[in-house]
Amino acid sequence: MSTANNVTKSKIHGLWALTNRELKKWYKAPVVFVLTLIQPVIWLGLLGNALNLSSLFSADSIQIPPDIIMQFSPAQIAALSQFFNGLQDQIMRSTFGTTSYLSFMAVGMIAFTALFTTMFSGMSVVWDRRLGFLNKVLSTPVSRGVIIVSKVLSATLRAMFQAAIILIIAIPFGFTFGAAFTPLNILGVFAMLFLICMGLSSMFIAINVRSTRIETPMAVTNLLNLPLTFASSAFFPIERMPEWLQVVAKVNPLSYTIDGMRQLLIFDTINYSQLALDFAFVGIFALVLTSIGIVLSWRFLNK
Amino acid sequence: MKPPRSLRKLTEKLAVVNVTEEVIKVEGLTKIFNKHLVAVDHVSFSVKQGEIFGFLGPNGAGKTTTINMLITVLKPTSGKASILGYDIAKEANAVRYSIGVVPQEYTADEDLTGIENILLCADLYGIPREVSKKRAEELLELVELTKFKDKKVQTYSGGMRRRLELACGLINRPRVLFLDEPTLGLDVQTRAATWNYIKKLKKEFGMTLFMTTHYLEEADALCDRIAIIDHGKIVVIGTPDELKENLGGDIITLSIKQDADITNLVKKVERVKEVKKDDGMYLIKSENGEVTAPLIIESLRKEGYVVTKLSLSKPTLNEVYLQYTGRSIRDTEESPETVFAQRHTMRRARM
Repeated sequence: MSTANNVTKSKIHGLWALTNRELKKWYKAPVVFVLTLIQPVIWLGLLGNALNLSSLFSADSIQIPPDIIMQFSPAQIAALSQFFNGLQDQIMRSTFGTTSYLSFMAVGMIAFTALFTTMFSGMSVVWDRRLGFLNKVLSTPVSRGVIIVSKVLSATLRAMFQAAIILIIAIPFGFTFGAAFTPLNILGVFAMLFLICMGLSSMFIAINVRSTRIETPMAVTNLLNLPLTFASSAFFPIERMPEWLQVVAKVNPLSYTIDGMRQLLIFDTINYSQLALDFAFVGIFALVLTSIGIVLSWRFLNK
Repeated sequence: MKPPRSLRKLTEKLAVVNVTEEVIKVEGLTKIFNKHLVAVDHVSFSVKQGEIFGFLGPNGAGKTTTINMLITVLKPTSGKASILGYDIAKEANAVRYSIGVVPQEYTADEDLTGIENILLCADLYGIPREVSKKRAEELLELVELTKFKDKKVQTYSGGMRRRLELACGLINRPRVLFLDEPTLGLDVQTRAATWNYIKKLKKEFGMTLFMTTHYLEEADALCDRIAIIDHGKIVVIGTPDELKENLGGDIITLSIKQDADITNLVKKVERVKEVKKDDGMYLIKSENGEVTAPLIIESLRKEGYVVTKLSLSKPTLNEVYLQYTGRSIRDTEESPETVFAQRHTMRRARM
């Protein structure tokens, strides 16, 4: 009975099997799969349209009392309204970099979804521990690193898929690409997403690899989720935030992710030095966090 | 706790019988958690080729910690252990390729089908698809799950899940199979059926089995040898019969027609160890009671006494267990994590 003969002894065997196991739980469960598709529609449809910030600056949003209007001739009123509408575009452009708030927010939404999806990688580590699956895998010749990387990879692939769905759904809702957009930019967006998802899921795994209670990752998730989202440029430009919040937002890797993706997707001109900075920041974040995650998990799994 | 006489006897015996191959060899294996919690304390034993070796002990005695060290999930703090000659610490990967593990919990993924689960296990060993597909079919046939292989594991009963775990544990054709509480939470019939599968598989593959169990009757009926572990130490090792005999043997209860004291007479009979008179009944402790009882009757008849009643009771492993651990197997505490996993497993088993 030779075990050794018909076995491929590659260092990364089992990587795809374990990654696919995580992915199958998602795409083979129709309810979960459909819900993850509906979720971005609701976010974009409700939040993106409810917070229609550009309408605040339109001529319609200003109710001028009738006695004042009486003082102007119709020609003057028409000119005034035109002036206000021109102002709206100006304000939107200078604040959000685009005239469509929905487009601005949709990109934030993509990053937000990446954050949300990667958080589950931390939870699935705890589940695997509690249900005994982790021990079983540890007794097989799969490399310890592969166990962790498969979690990171599955969360990353899932988040990238969902980001693509958001982008496609946003188009009928009125998403407008910037003048600088070319289809090639999509590749850049996915590269950015890949980096941030690697970093975030490694972070959540490193935090949760030692915990045995399912409540821990949930508490961690709740604690990190809102500050990471709102202390970033996901829904509001950093420049308009109070100064102390700007400090937080400027070290938040999500801000750089979002800025990079906005440059590539919705801005009319790309600031290449800023884009390079965005990529560098997110890249270093991913590299550091992935290394920390793998080292910590490795040490823990080799206890 | 009495010094286990059988342990000495057995060590002497092993030194002589060392002809058979020792598949698992453990010497002074120790695991200390957080620098002061001694879970396993200088445990030594060996398991021979083709043996079914049972590990018994209260919860928290160190059974699972020992098994986890042997299957290379935990690193020992000190001591040595080897499986098929491979050191569990230095040659962990070689050990992993040659062992199979059937965990206590149901680890099969509920959202996947039976065959997908087995193939996943095969991938973890790097077995190429064309080989693993064939093996998976064979194993499914063996555990009689072929009909259900394309159904999601969600729909499986407890017995089916256990069989699936078995099939997964065998996908790499292991020479040593580790079973952690293989019948936890199953009803009596399913337990019996599961054991039939395990025996069939053992015969088919000529494996050595190392198992832990809570069910003493099972250990008695199935294991070639048993080790009882308590507070991280092995208190006794031996065949079930040896252990039971060590308790002082069987108990013969008899009464006679005449009103006389026959204590001294019975004591003279070969193998009789102890005679107690209690309310007109004689309680006689003896090894091999079924051989001694006729001898007692014979010697009594020679003196003219007539035996009116006689019964013979054999000690069970339960008594052995109580004797060595000082407590019954059920009333012990557990860590919350184990309780959760067990409860989950048992809930699934009952579905």
